[in-house]
Order: sequence, then C-alpha cells, then structure tokens
Amino acid sequence: MISLLTYAAIILGIVAIARLLKVYELSATLKGNEQEDAVSYSDNKFNARLMMVFLFAFFAFCIYLVISYKDNLLPEAASEHGVEIDSLFNFNLLIIGIVFIAVNILLFYFAYKYYSRKGLKATYFAHSTKLEMIWTVVPAVFLAVIIIYGLAVWNKITSPIDSNKAVVMELFAEQFKWTARYGGADNVLGETNYKLTADMNPLAIDTTDKNAWDDKISNGEFHIPVNKVVLMYFRSKDVLHSAYMPHFRAQMNCVPGMRTEFHFTPTITTAEMKVKTNNPEFEYVLLCNKICGATHWNMQMKIVVDTEDDYKKWLAEQKTFKEKSMAQTAIENKVAINH
Amino acid sequence: MSSHSNTVDHATHAHDNHDHSHDHHEQSFWSKYIFSTDHKMISKQFLITAIFMGVVAMMLSIFFRLQLAWPGQSFSILEYFLGKKWAPNGVLDSNMYLALVTIHGTIMVFFVLTGGLSGTFSNLLIPLQIGARDMASGFLNMLSFWFFAVSSLIMFYSMFIETGPASAGWTIYPPLSALQEAIPGSGLGMTLWLVSMTLFVAGSLLGSINYIVTVLNLRTKGMTMTRLPLTIWAFFVTAILGVLSFPVLFAAVLLLIFDRSFGTSFYLSDIFISGQAMEQTGGSPVLFQHLFWFLGHPEVYIVLLPALGITSEVISTMSRKPIFGYRAMIGSILAIGFLSFIVWGHHMFITGMNPFLGSVFVFTTLLIAIPSAVKAFNYVTTLWKGNLKLSPAMLFAIGLVSTFVTGGVTGIILADSALDINVHDTYFVVAHFHIVMGASAIFGMFCGVYHWFPRMFGRMMNNKLGYAHFWITFIAVYGVFFPMHFIGLTGVPRRYYSNEAFALFENLQSINILITVFAIIGALAQGLFIFNFFYSMYRGKKSLQNPWESNTLEWTAPVEHLHGNWPGELPTVYRWPYDYSKPGKDVDFVPQTVPLSPGEEEH
Repeated sequence: MISLLTYAAIILGIVAIARLLKVYELSATLKGNEQEDAVSYSDNKFNARLMMVFLFAFFAFCIYLVISYKDNLLPEAASEHGVEIDSLFNFNLLIIGIVFIAVNILLFYFAYKYYSRKGLKATYFAHSTKLEMIWTVVPAVFLAVIIIYGLAVWNKITSPIDSNKAVVMELFAEQFKWTARYGGADNVLGETNYKLTADMNPLAIDTTDKNAWDDKISNGEFHIPVNKVVLMYFRSKDVLHSAYMPHFRAQMNCVPGMRTEFHFTPTITTAEMKVKTNNPEFEYVLLCNKICGATHWNMQMKIVVDTEDDYKKWLAEQKTFKEKSMAQTAIENKVAINH
Repeated sequence: MSSHSNTVDHATHAHDNHDHSHDHHEQSFWSKYIFSTDHKMISKQFLITAIFMGVVAMMLSIFFRLQLAWPGQSFSILEYFLGKKWAPNGVLDSNMYLALVTIHGTIMVFFVLTGGLSGTFSNLLIPLQIGARDMASGFLNMLSFWFFAVSSLIMFYSMFIETGPASAGWTIYPPLSALQEAIPGSGLGMTLWLVSMTLFVAGSLLGSINYIVTVLNLRTKGMTMTRLPLTIWAFFVTAILGVLSFPVLFAAVLLLIFDRSFGTSFYLSDIFISGQAMEQTGGSPVLFQHLFWFLGHPEVYIVLLPALGITSEVISTMSRKPIFGYRAMIGSILAIGFLSFIVWGHHMFITGMNPFLGSVFVFTTLLIAIPSAVKAFNYVTTLWKGNLKLSPAMLFAIGLVSTFVTGGVTGIILADSALDINVHDTYFVVAHFHIVMGASAIFGMFCGVYHWFPRMFGRMMNNKLGYAHFWITFIAVYGVFFPMHFIGLTGVPRRYYSNEAFALFENLQSINILITVFAIIGALAQGLFIFNFFYSMYRGKKSLQNPWESNTLEWTAPVEHLHGNWPGELPTVYRWPYDYSKPGKDVDFVPQTVPLSPGEEEH
C-alpha cells in the first residue's frame, strides 16, 4: 500500500512539474520576455557568474580536502626506493598541480568574462602558429623531464639484484589468504609443482628437492629485517592476486602459472614507525589489490620489520618445512593407527 | 578533386530521383520506428537505449555506494531491488557488490559511452553534416542498432539469473572470469556477458564500417576533408579505432570462451581450485591482459574522441568564434588515435611484464599528453575574446574541458611506471578515469543532446531545467570523484566491499559518506534531464530552423522527418564550418553553403 502511494506521489509530482513548466512558459511568452536569442541575456549573466562562484568553491573544496585528509595519507615511505618514488611523485604533482590550477582558472574566468551581452563582438582569431608551437613544445619539454626522471627511478627499482645478498622469500596467494616462505639456511627456495598441492603441502612444494627441506613457512604474519634487500617471489594458487604493501610503495601481481618478483629494502622498523606515526597500534600490512572474489576486501597479512637480530631470532623459532612435514606425518600416522 | 566531387554529384542526383518516388508512400509503424533504416531514427533508437542503460548503471552505482558509505547497514531499497538472496535483510552481499561494480563498468563503458555516444551522434550527424542522404548502407546501419539492442537486452537480463551476473570486474581478467568455482558470477552470468559483448562487437563493427565509408564517399560537393566539422573528424577516427581494436576484444573473448567451455589453456595454467588440480597448463593470464588492453586503451579514446568532437563544435558555435587551431585539432585527433594503439601496456606495469617493456609504454603513454594539451589549450583560446552564449550545451562543453584537464593531469602520474607501483588499482585510478573518461564523455553526450535536440525532435529543451541539471551534475561529479584521489593515496584498493578490515583505512568513513551523498544528489539530478528530455520531445517550444545560428549543414535541412534529409538537391559547400564573427560580414555566422564573396579569403 505504501509503495503504491509512493508511486502515485511520484507520478503526480512529475505531472505537476510538467504543468508548472507549461504555465511558466506561457506566461513568459505573454509577458514578451521571450528573447529572440536562444539564450537570454539574464541566463547568460547568471551562468557566467556561477562560473566564478564555481571556480572559487572548487578550489576551496580542494583545499578543504587537503587540510582534512592529509594526515590520513600514507605515512613516509618505509623503503629505500619508496623515498625516491615519493619525491618523484611530489615533483610530478607540482607540475600537474600548476597546469590544473592555471587551466581551470583561465577556463572559468574566460567563461565569465566573455559572456554574451549587447555590444560584445567576438574576435575572429582562427589560428596562430606561434601560440600553437608554444603549447606543443612547452609540454613536450616538461614531459621529457618527467619521462627521464621517471624512467631513471623505474630502472633503478627494477634492475636485477644478486640473490646471494638478499633475503630470499616467497609470498603465496590463494583465495583469500597469504602464506610466506623463506629460503631457509641455504637461502634458496625449493621447487614447486602445483599438482603436488595437498592439505599437508598447501604450497605444492616439491619434497624431493633438497633445497626445500630447510624452507620456513609462516602464516598470519611475516618478518623482514631492516636495511637489507628483500627479494620476494610471488605465486598464486588459483586466480590473480596482487601483493600490495603500501608503506613500502611495493606491489606485484601474483599470477597462476608464473613466478613474479619484486625487491626492496625496508628502512624503518615497525617499532620505529609506531613512534613516527605516534600510533602504538601501527602495523605494516600486505593486502590484495587485484579483484579475486568474495573476500578480496579482507585478504591480508601482517608484516613486521625487525632489527636484524630480532629477525634472526624470530626466524630461528620457525620450524623448517621438513620438521613441519614430519610432525604432520607423525600426527597423521597416529590418527591412522588409532583408527 | 573536381572529378571526385563530380562523381559524388552524379551519385546524389541518381539518388534524388530514386528518393522522390519514396516520398509519398506512408511508412508503416514497424518500418518507421522499429526496423528503420533512416539514420535519424536509428540515432534516436541508440540514444533512448543508452539513456535506459545509463539509468540502470547509475542505479547500480548508488547501490554499491550505499554499502561503501555505511558498510553492513540495512537498506530496504537494496532488498527491494536486489531481493533476499543478494541483499539479505537489506545488507548487500559481497559477491553482489562485485557484480554491481562489474556491470556498472561494463554498461557505462560499452553501452552508454561507446554505443550510446558514437551510435547516437555518428548516426545523426555524419550524413547531415557532410550533406548525404543517409548512411552508405541503411540496412547495415539498422543491423548495427539491432545487434546493440539485443546485446543490451542480454546484458540487462544477465542481472536476473540465479547465480548473478558477471562479477570479475569489467576487465574480466581470467582465471577469475573463467572459473565458476572462484566466484559464482563466473558461471552463467559470465557466459551471458561474453555472448552480449560478442554481439556488441558485431554491432559496433557494422556501425563503424558504415561511418568510415560514408565519410569517405558521400560528402557533398565542395565538402573536402579540410572543410569537415571537427565532429565528423572525431567520429571518423573513432570509427577507425573501433574497426581496428574491437576485433581484438572479440578474439580475446573467443579464446576465453574456449578456455571456459572446451578445456583449452590459452589463459589458464597451473591452477588448483576446489581441491582439484586443473589439467590446463602452459597458458598465461597476462596474454588476456595484452589482448584486452589492446582494445581497452583505444576504447578510452573511442569514448572520448566523439565527446571532444561534439564539444569542439559547440564551443566554437556558442562562442561565436572559429575553433582555434582547426588543423591542429585534426592533427591532435589523428595523433591521439595513432598513439592510442601503442600504449596499452601502461595498464600492466606490475603484472610481471618485462620492466624494459614497461619503459617503452611509459614513453608512448606520456607522448599522448602532448596532443591532449594542445586540445585543451585550443579550447581555452577559443573562449578567449568570444561572445559566449551559455546554453546548457555550452555549459556541458565547458564542464568537459575542466574535467578533461583535471582528470588528464593525473594520468601523467599513472603513466609513470615507478609511480604506478603504489597507486595501481587504488582509488586514485578510479578517480582518474572517472573524471577524465567518464565525466568528460558523459558531458560530451549531454552537450550533444542539448545542442542537437532541436535537430532531432524539432523542439527545444527547457533551458532552465538544463542549467539546473548541469550545475548539480557538475558539482556532484567533482564532489564524488575528487575526494577519491585522497582515498587512493591512503592506499585503498578499488573493488573492496568494505574498508573496515584495515586499521590503515579507519578514518575514511566520513569521506566515503561525503562521496555517497554527492553521488545520490548527482543521480537525482539526472531526473531533471530525463524529465526535460521526454517532456520537450512532445511539449517543448517549437524550434527555429537554425536555433543556434550555426554554420554546419544539418541546420539547412528541414526539421520534419524526411527520408533523404534534403528535398531537392543536396547543398553545396563553399567554405569551412567555422566562419563565426568573420570581419566584414553583417551577421556573426556564415553557413557553409554561402559562396565566398569576391575577394574573400577562405580562412
């Protein structure tokens, strides 16, 4: 009944507006207000003024957003390359900020200043080679700088590193969780084969590969040492995922059937970051940034950046793949015997 | 040149005779309104279908915005529209959230801004502005619409099936889109998506080929390529982009169908799902991304160029000034069109693609900023010292320039591979493309509708309602999408059902509410447009022959629906379309059909 009334109200409302509009139009015609021009002088003036009002309101809105949300933005980059990314970002932001402000000011100001009124005549100005050259060449020069600077940073970030000097680890993605694996004592990750996936071996590690035996696996959280290169490999069990670690300005897709990699050097420990952000609850986080299904929004893992000593201590406490498998096998044997 | 125009003249004379015999017999309802081969009617069919699809896609966006602003809260409107299964107790289901996001994107990009924008205005304006009786093939043109209509229907229908519509994002990356086990929407919903898009591509190709042939062959006497209005240049290049890129989407879709249904492994490899190791190995999901974005990036310009063409025309006409740098504008359109084919990799910097290849795409992508900048500066210079008639169409055109610049500059950040690492797939991207592509293109579409409504229906739309519509929409667009930059820089990924799982995002609720409020206001404002549109169609003030005192040919054709556009001979063109406020003339416009006076230079 209520919905019926709602529909009736909507329909009557529309009819009423239609009638009002007709009355308005008729009265305008009767009063002789109707202009020969398709756009009346008063409409022109009114909209021209709104252009200026909008310009100021728009910039005020931008300033308001900056002020009220700047503290929510990501804190300072916690990795070596992250700092460079941030300065590159600021440099680009400066250039595009100037363009954004200048063009919008000119646009709305001209729209206001040259609104049509009696006696105003447009200037016939069809082209000017000089002006057109200026705004082809000037953007080109700025873009050249942006490209060169940007590619320099990119090349530095992506150039290969010596895996002997790095902490070698792997992030394994599946709907909807992450698992971390470390190379272990030999710092080499064991081979995998997706067909070996089983309850006992969720990462599909090849048990015949000796390199795998000392691998260490961690769920829920993983630790990395500060000021040391971390070489991360990424795998996925099912669909695409993306390992996104915003504080380190690090991201790489996890692709089924393919091993991807990314390396970075964390520079601030979790403890230091708690102080810097003035937030005792602060934690680094790994999240999924490629649509992967229903719980995509909650596929996360805690990252802890330790001092080298703390990191070693933590890692020593983790069981190796071999120990884990044997313990698991023992349990299962027991279960089998008891039955 | 002269021999060419002679043949055109000949051909049209032949057509003339043929046409006269047609003038007198009555068309049935079916052949006039449904299976019409007349380009003017087909353009209206496209427009009305697009408006319908646009309303649907906009409603979907409001549904998921409610969830984002007030996560987990109950809304009876959600239960009313989505039912108990997808919104139990009025709380949006997380699979349905992804489905809404997917279908919103698909409909907006393909059905509203590609089919709707190109379909409406290429059809309406190409024959009328180049002085042709109709499209080269009226029959193919009709087929083009009907493919579009059927694909729209299938896409719409897919929302009502039990397992829900496609929900792997509008980019439908496999393996998520290939595996029903991974997400329910990848079952029948995805099949319908693929069928719908296949038909869409077929329709789009039929349309585009027609547009290209018509522009090349059916221009009236004197209408050289360099006398074409910029609208036609934009539609022409858009059609070429469509012909070259849509078949690649078709290929990508076809291979995906094979992977889904016939056990091939183009995109699938080494997958373990639902306790089973799948047989497929050797394929690569990255291959799909290459194929998809080979269409996907030109697609951005397929959406944008018509909007830029329409606004070039409107800004010039309503400023009573020639468009500044006509040839530079054509050059920019061509440059953007060409470059759009060699930039697709900027969507894939962090997919595991070779970093060196990434560098190449950084270079080509940033090059596109140059022709785009030229266009923006030329627009602003056209306004300078003009005599601006601020009609609703003109306001939308000015709005487009603003959003094109505001959204365009953030593209520079995203195109920089090093910066993309941190903002890829975050709300920063959502902000960027909604402003530069979504808002600009839809503003171009509104601009076109307000400007050419008199040409379509012989009546004027109400200006006052148009102003209200523009200002509310414009404010809402910035109100919705500008704050998203900040959300993105906080690190919030797109397509998250809720931000509540992360302490990092806990202070963002107020900004999300702000966005949703603007979105609702913006959506309601579209009611003004829809009301104005249908009201004016029947009750609007009768329009003059040439209400905007424009130079182009469409305003010389009689208003009443006439098959063949002009009674008698086709008009002859003597000048470019932008002789506004030319010195030495009594009036501030000189239509293209007016011969040069003795001693007058063309431009």
